Amino acid sequence: MIFIFAVFLLSLLVITAIAIVRTNNLFSAVMLTSIFSLLMAANFFILDAADVALTEAAIGAGVTTVIFLCALALTADRAKPNKERRKVAYGAVGILASLMIYATFDKPPLGDPDAPVHQHVAPWYIEKTPEYMDFPNIVTAVLSSFRGYDTLGEVFVVFAACIGVLFILGVPVPGNAKPAPMQQKKGLHHHLIPQVVGRLIIPFIVLFGLYTQFHGEYGPGGGFQAGAIIATGIILYALLEGESKALQAVPRRVLMGMVIGGALLFGGVGVICMLMGGNFLDYSVLAADPVWGRQLGIIIIEAGVGMTVCGALLSIFHAFASRERAS
Amino acid sequence: MNMYVVVAVAILITMVLALIRALMGPSVYDRVLAVNVFGTKTVLFLSVIAFLYGRPDFLDLALAYALVNMVGILAVLEFVQNRSVKSSEEAADD
Amino acid sequence: MIDLVIDVLSWILLILGGSCVLIGGVGGLRLPNFYTRIHASSLTDTMGNILIFLGLMLQAGFTLATLKLFAVMLFLLLTGPTATYALANAALLSGIKPDTGSTNDDNTEESPK
Repeated sequence: MIFIFAVFLLSLLVITAIAIVRTNNLFSAVMLTSIFSLLMAANFFILDAADVALTEAAIGAGVTTVIFLCALALTADRAKPNKERRKVAYGAVGILASLMIYATFDKPPLGDPDAPVHQHVAPWYIEKTPEYMDFPNIVTAVLSSFRGYDTLGEVFVVFAACIGVLFILGVPVPGNAKPAPMQQKKGLHHHLIPQVVGRLIIPFIVLFGLYTQFHGEYGPGGGFQAGAIIATGIILYALLEGESKALQAVPRRVLMGMVIGGALLFGGVGVICMLMGGNFLDYSVLAADPVWGRQLGIIIIEAGVGMTVCGALLSIFHAFASRERAS
Repeated sequence: MNMYVVVAVAILITMVLALIRALMGPSVYDRVLAVNVFGTKTVLFLSVIAFLYGRPDFLDLALAYALVNMVGILAVLEFVQNRSVKSSEEAADD
Repeated sequence: MIDLVIDVLSWILLILGGSCVLIGGVGGLRLPNFYTRIHASSLTDTMGNILIFLGLMLQAGFTLATLKLFAVMLFLLLTGPTATYALANAALLSGIKPDTGSTNDDNTEESPK
C-alpha cells in the first residue's frame, strides 16, 4: 500500500516539475514550486524519513515562497522566451535521464535489508547510538556526532551562502534616495483577520521551533529545522507589521551575530574538545561521564546550527525585502 | 480494508484534483488556491499516514505544517498589495 | 463492545470527512469561476478537518497523540480561513471581479497588478 502511495506521489511530482519548467509566468512557477515542496515532504514522510520531511516542511512551506515572492517583486512577471539551443539541451537531458534510469536497474529493491548501503556502517550506528549517546533518534546522532564534520561543513555552506547574498544585495541602490513615504503602506495593517490570527500564531511557531530544537534527540527535529521554523515566525511578523518593524525587533547586528556566532560555536566546541585532550568534535571529553559529555556537545552544536540557519534565512529575507522598499 | 487507507486515498484524489486546477489555471489565483488546498491536504495526509504506520510521534510534522502553511498565502496578499500600491503611485506620478 | 462502538464511530467520522474533502476537491475543479471555487474548497476544508481529526482522536484514545491532534486541528481551524481570506482579498485587489449574475468565465490568465 505504502509503495503504491509513494509511486503515486512521485508521478505527481514529475507532472509538477514539468509544469514548472514549461510555464512562462513566474508567479505561477513560484506557486507550483510550493506544491512541489509539499509533495516532496509527503514523499519523504512515506519513506519514513521524518527528519528530512520536517526540514522540507520548515523551509519549503513558508520561507522559500516568501523569499521567491520578494525576489519576484524586484523583477518582471514573465520569463523571457528562450528558443535557442533548445534541441541541444533536450538532447543532453534526455541522454542523462536514460543513463540514470539504466543505472537504477542495478539497484536493490526498496527496503531490501541486504542492500550494500544497509550493510556498511549503518548497523554500527544503530548498535552504538543507545550505548554512546543514550537517546533514541539515530539521525540526530549521525548528523551531529558520528558525521559531525559533514554538518560543520554544511553550516559553513549556509554561512557562505548568506555572506554571498549579502554581498550582492546588501549594498544600497545607487542614486535612489526615496526613503520614508512607502514605509507607511507596508505590512498588512488594515487586514484585521490576519493581524489577530497572526499575533495568536507567532508565539506558537516560536515555541514549536524551540521544541524542535531541544527535543531533536528524542523525536524528529534538530537545529536546521528549528532555525527555519523560528525564522518563519519572525518573517510572519515582518509580513504583518512591515519589514522595518521586524528589523527593529531583530536588528541586522543581531542577525549577523547569530550567523557568525553559530558557526563559531560549532567550530569552537570542536577546538575545546581538542584542548581537553580528545579529537576534533569528539564530545566525550567534555564531561566526566562520556555519555553526558556527548549529549552536552550535541545540544551545544545543535544550538549553533539553529542560530546560523535562523540568522542566515532572516538576513537573506531582509536583503530582498529592503531592496524592494528602496526601489 | 483499513479505514486509514480509505481516507488517505480520498485525500490523494483531492490532491490530484487540486493539482489539475493548479495546472489549468486560468488565473494565477487559482494556482494559489490549489497551493492552499494542497497545504491543508498535506497536513491531513501526514496525520492519517502517521496513524497508518502506527507512529503517532510523527504528528510533529503535521503540527509544523499547520503552523507554517498560512505564511506563504499571506506573503501573496502582501505581494499583490505592494504591486497595486506601486502601480497606483506610478499612475499618480504620470 | 466499547471498542466496537469507537471503531464504528471513527469509521463514520473518517468516511464523512473523506467525502467532505473529496467534494471540496471536485468543487474546486468544476465550479465556473474563482470565487465559487474558493468557496467550495475552503468550507469543505474546515468541515473535513474537524471530522477527520475527530475520527483519528477517537482511535488514539487518551494519549499525547490526541493532544497533538487537537492542536493540529485547532491551528488548522485558525489558519485555513485566514489563508482563504488573504487569498480572496489578493484576488479582489488585483481586479478579478466577483461574478454577479452573468455566467461567463472571463478571468483569463492574468498577472497580479
